[in-house]
Amino acid sequence: MAQELAVQQKREVDKKEESTVPFRAFLPATDIFETDQALTVVLEMPGVSKDSVDVSLENDIVKIEGRIDYSKYEGLQPLYTEYNVGHYVRSFQLSNRIDQDAIKAEIEDGVMTLVLPKVEKAKPRRIAIN
Amino acid sequence: MLTSLSDPFETLLAIQRALDSRRESDWMARGTAGFGSFPPINIFQQGHDFVAVVELPGVDKSDLQLEAKDDTIRISGKKIVLYDEGASAHRRERLAGAFDRTIVMPVHIDAAGVKADYRDGLLVIFAPRAESDKPKTIKIN
Repeated sequence: MAQELAVQQKREVDKKEESTVPFRAFLPATDIFETDQALTVVLEMPGVSKDSVDVSLENDIVKIEGRIDYSKYEGLQPLYTEYNVGHYVRSFQLSNRIDQDAIKAEIEDGVMTLVLPKVEKAKPRRIAIN
Repeated sequence: MLTSLSDPFETLLAIQRALDSRRESDWMARGTAGFGSFPPINIFQQGHDFVAVVELPGVDKSDLQLEAKDDTIRISGKKIVLYDEGASAHRRERLAGAFDRTIVMPVHIDAAGVKADYRDGLLVIFAPRAESDKPKTIKIN
């Protein structure tokens, strides 16, 4: 019997500096998994498609930005709301274990999967026990 | 009414403020609905008709069922989050599981005319208002 899903509130981005433009962004719910070969980062960004997402890498920090098409909300009058909408932003610090040139990203149904392959020497070595 | 302003940032912020102001508004208060069951739903009015937007990222259409009867809409299905065998978790924030939620609209809708679209993780349900509920103009003699 599958466990029933509970609802979770969206977390807003904590702005460290004051911004010159009004901006309310949200943190996408993220799972990070590790296998022997790679680190997988999966982010949920409903309403974001391939054309509206940016993944950038600078100074060992990978930053994911997903933009929603809020023009779809024009002409709609809100009656009852349980969640808010906005662009998604999240960034992660990568260690030198990641082969930054081989990062792959794909997005489907609002879920973005980032595969960060490990460099050869970071792959675990089994140590034989005498 | 959510309209666009000259500055795109202003438009998004205006939309966000409008959504905040209708948080769990009393539009649904006399009925049974309330915050807490999955998935969270936003309901909008478009002219005479209604549009419900539900965030359901990563759900397979074959795992999603939508039923409309009288004035109720039922959304059910399951959200599967699966990773490889042998994968070790660093962080887990995504929720997975079964869901089954019914919303009773406080106005009469035309259940036969309900249409839905699932794209990029958003389920958009279009529910036309029932003909019997639409205002009729009365000619004054």
